[in-house]
Amino acid sequence: MTSPLTENIDTRAGRRGSVFVRLLKRPAGAISFGILVLIVLVAVFAPLLAPYDPNFVDLSITRALPSPEHLLGGDTTGRDVLSRLIWGTQITLWGALVAIVTSLVIGVPSGLAAGYFGGATDRIGTWISDAVQSVPGMIILLIVGANTGNDFNLLMVTVGVFMAPGYFRLTRATVLAVRNEAYVDAAKVSGLSHARIMGRHVIRPVVAPIVIQSALTAGMAMGMQAGLQFLGIGGGTTPGWGAAMNEGFRVMRTDPLLLLWPSLALGISIAALAVLGSTLADVVSVTAPLPSRKARRARRAAERAAASGEPLAVTASTGAVAHAAADSAVQIENLRVRYETADGEVEVVHGITLDVAPGEVLGIVGESGSGKSQTVFSVLDLLPKTGSYTADAIWIGGEDVTSLGRRDRARLLGREIGYVPQEPMTNLDPSFTIGHQLIEPLRAVHGMSRADAKARALAMLERVGIADPPRVMRAYPHELSGGMAQRVLIAGAIAAKPSVLVADEPTTALDVTVQAEVLELLRELQQEYRMALVIVTHNFGVVADICDRVVVMRHGSIVEIGEVAQLFSTPEEPYTRELIAASLDGAESRAELDRAFALTGSTAQDADAQEAAAPAATDASTEADRKEVRA
Amino acid sequence: MLTFTLKRLVSGVILLVVVATATFFLAHAAIPDPTLGLLGSAATPEAQQALAAKIGTDRPVIVQFGDWIAGLFRGDLGDSWKNFQPVGAQIALKLPVTLSVVTAAVLLSAVLGGLLGVLAGLRPGTWIDKLVKAGAVILFALPGFWVALLLVMTFAVQLKWFPAVGYVQPQESVGGWLQSITLPAISLALGAVVMIAEQLRNAIIRADGLDYMRTLRSRGLPQWRIVVHLLRNSAPPSLTILALMFVGLLSGAIIVEQIFALPGIGPLTQASSQNGDIPMLLGITVVTVVFVVIINFLLDILLGWINPKARVK
Repeated sequence: MTSPLTENIDTRAGRRGSVFVRLLKRPAGAISFGILVLIVLVAVFAPLLAPYDPNFVDLSITRALPSPEHLLGGDTTGRDVLSRLIWGTQITLWGALVAIVTSLVIGVPSGLAAGYFGGATDRIGTWISDAVQSVPGMIILLIVGANTGNDFNLLMVTVGVFMAPGYFRLTRATVLAVRNEAYVDAAKVSGLSHARIMGRHVIRPVVAPIVIQSALTAGMAMGMQAGLQFLGIGGGTTPGWGAAMNEGFRVMRTDPLLLLWPSLALGISIAALAVLGSTLADVVSVTAPLPSRKARRARRAAERAAASGEPLAVTASTGAVAHAAADSAVQIENLRVRYETADGEVEVVHGITLDVAPGEVLGIVGESGSGKSQTVFSVLDLLPKTGSYTADAIWIGGEDVTSLGRRDRARLLGREIGYVPQEPMTNLDPSFTIGHQLIEPLRAVHGMSRADAKARALAMLERVGIADPPRVMRAYPHELSGGMAQRVLIAGAIAAKPSVLVADEPTTALDVTVQAEVLELLRELQQEYRMALVIVTHNFGVVADICDRVVVMRHGSIVEIGEVAQLFSTPEEPYTRELIAASLDGAESRAELDRAFALTGSTAQDADAQEAAAPAATDASTEADRKEVRA
Repeated sequence: MLTFTLKRLVSGVILLVVVATATFFLAHAAIPDPTLGLLGSAATPEAQQALAAKIGTDRPVIVQFGDWIAGLFRGDLGDSWKNFQPVGAQIALKLPVTLSVVTAAVLLSAVLGGLLGVLAGLRPGTWIDKLVKAGAVILFALPGFWVALLLVMTFAVQLKWFPAVGYVQPQESVGGWLQSITLPAISLALGAVVMIAEQLRNAIIRADGLDYMRTLRSRGLPQWRIVVHLLRNSAPPSLTILALMFVGLLSGAIIVEQIFALPGIGPLTQASSQNGDIPMLLGITVVTVVFVVIINFLLDILLGWINPKARVK
C-alpha cells in the first residue's frame, strides 16, 4: 500500500518543474508571464524607476502632453503621470495580494474541511458560502470604505472575504473528487490523523486548481480595487490606477490620454493574469475537458489492437456479399472506421464487407471491442464527432449513399432506416415526455397532423405491448422500466415503417425475462413489416433464435460469415467455435461471455474483460463505462 | 410543489435575516458615530446630540437592532437619517433605473451568450468557438466599469452614437430609454455573455455525445429540432451561472451607474455611505438580497421545468 503513495508524490514533484517549462513554451504563457514579471519588477523597484515624486505638483505641467521630460505628460493637478502609474503598480499588486491571501486563508481550509468531513460541516460551509455570494459585495465595501478612514488594507481584506466562496467551492469540489481515492484510504487505514491526511495527501491535488484560480482572483481583485478608487474610496493620497481613471474620466473630452494610460495599465495587468491562468489550466489540464468518451473508447480500441499484436491497418477487406447490390437492403463494401485521438488516428474497423437482403435477418456477433457497433453507426452515418468512415460503397435500398450529401444522407434516417439502441434508459431524452418523443418525428419528418401523429404513436405503443399507452405517453423516461423504455424505443424506430431496422444489442441491458419478450417482439415486427433486420449481439442464443445469416467480427475485421445453421454445425474458424461454446455454456450476459474468454485465456485478456466482468449493473455510470469498452 | 415553495420561502427568509443582521452590526461597527457624517461641517456637540436623540443612536445598539429588525418583519425599512423620509419609498424611486440596466444586461447575456454558446458548441474548433474561448478568458476578468469607460470613450465621446450620460424614463420615450441603458447594459453584460457562452458550449458538447442525441438523430429530426433537445438538456448550468451573476451585476451596476450618470441605486448607495445613513444602506442591502432570493426561486422553478427528474424530488 505504500508504493502508490510514493509513486504519486514522485510523479507530481517531477511534473511540477515541467509544468512551468511547458507554460513558457506556449506563446500565450510566455508573454503573459513576461508581462507579469515586468509588472512585479516595476512595483518592487518603483522608488528607483519613477522619475518624479508621484505627489509632487509642478503647475507648469498641468494637463501637459507627453514630452521628453514627462513621458506620459502631467495630470490635472500638475503631477507626473508616469511616476503616478509606476507607484500605482505597487499599490495595485499589494491590494491584490492582500485580497488573495484573505481569500485563501478563509476559502481553502473551510473547503478542505467541508469536502473531507462532509455532513454538517459541509452543509454549514456551503450555506455560508452561498449566503456570501448572494450579497452584493460593492454595497458592503462602500459601507466599510466610506467610514473607516478609507483604510486600504481593510478594504482589500473585505474584497478577499467576498472572493473566498470561489476558493471554497473549488477546494471542496476537488477534495470531494479525491476523498475516496485509494491513497487517501490507505492513509486512513494506516492511522494518520485527519490533519496529516489533509495536509499531506488531500491538499496536493488542490494546489494546481488553486494556483489557477488565484490568477483569476488577482485580476478580479485588481478590478474591484480600481473600481473602489474610481468611486473615490480607498484611494487616500496614494496614486492608484482607479483614482487616475476617475480623474481621466472627468476630463475625457479634453484630455482623453489621462483616461487612456491608467486604463491600459489596468487592462493589460488583468488580461495578463487571465491569460496566464487559462494557459496554466490548459497546461496542467485541470479545467480542460477530459478526452471525450469516444476518444477514450477509440484509444482503448487502439491499445487493444496493439496489445493483441495485430497490425492496425489490414489492407485486405474481410467479409463477403450474398446478394447483388441493387437487390440488397443494405450492402457495405470495404468499410473502415477511424477515430481521432490525442495520439493520432486509430482505425477500429479494418475494411469489412457484408450485406443483408430485404426481409432477411443478419446477426453481427463478436465480443466487446470487435467493431460491431461502429459498423452499425457507419450505416446510420451517426458516428461520434471524432469518428469517421470510408467505404467503397454503402448501398441502402439499392442506392449507393456514400455519394449523397449530408442532407440527403440524413433524409434516409427515420424513413428508410430505423434504429434500436442498446441501453434503453440512456436513449430517451430525459427532459421530454414519451409522447413528445414519439410524436415529434412523425410530425416533423412525416408531416402528420398532431391528431394523426398521436393516434399513430398510441397504436405503435399498443403494438409493442405497452399495457396503458395513454399513461406512458404522458410519462417521462425516468418513470419507465428498462423493458418498457426499450419497447418505446422500438415503437419509435418502426413508427415510420422503415425498410431496414438496425438493432444494436437490443436486449443486452434488459432483465433476462424481458430479453426473450423483446426479441420475440422484434421478430414479429420484422416479419409483419417485411423489414431487413440487422441485429448486433454478443450472444449466439439470440443468433440462433432470430437470424438467417450471421457475421462474426473480431478486432475490427470479419472472421467468418455464413448461414446460421451452417455456422453452428460446421464453424470454420476456431474463434467462432469458442464464441459458440461460450454462449452455449449458458453465459447470459456479455460480461459472463467475456469472462469466459478471459478464463479460457483465448482472446479478451485485456482490461475489458475485468471491467465487463463487474456485475451487470443497470446503473447508468457503470453502463456508460461498459459501453465505452465496446468499439 | 407547495412544500417546495414553502421550503424555499423559509430558507430565503433565513438568508435575509442572517444577511440583514450581519450587515446591521457591520455598519454600526464601521460607522460608530453617524452624526458626524450626517451633519458634516455643521457638526457641533449640541447638534450631534440633538440628531442622535432624533434618530435614536443614543440608545444601545442592540435596542436599535431590535427596533429595526421588528420593522423589517412589518415591511418597514425605517426612515433615512439624512432627510427623514421613508427608506422604502426612496429606494423604490431609484430601483427601476438599476433594474432596467441589470435586466437588460441579463437578457443580453442570456440571448447573446446562448447564441454564441450554441454556435460554438455545435462546431467546436471553429473560429466562433475560439472567439468564445478567448473572450471568456479576457472579458470575464475585466471589470464592468473598465469596459464602460472604453464604451463611453468610443461610442459616446468619439462616435457620438449614444448619449454619454443621463437616464430617460420609459414613459417619456421608449427609444430614449433604450438608448440610455444600452451602453450601461453592454458594459455590465460583456463578461457574463462570454461566461454563459463558454458554459453552454461545454454543456452542449457534453450533451451532444449522449446516447439519446444519437437516437433522436436516427429518427431523422431536422437540425433545429436537435438543437432544441440539446439546449433544453444543457441549459441548467448556464442558467445557474446567470442567476449567480445577477448579484455581480448589481454590484457592477453601482459603479457603472456613476459613469453613465444614471440615477439608480448606485449613486444612492454611495451618497448614503458617505453620509453614514445606515438605515438607507441597510434598506438597499435588504432589497437587493430579496431580489437575489426571488431570482434563485425562479431559477429553481425553471430548472424543475427543464428537468422533470428534479421536479419529482
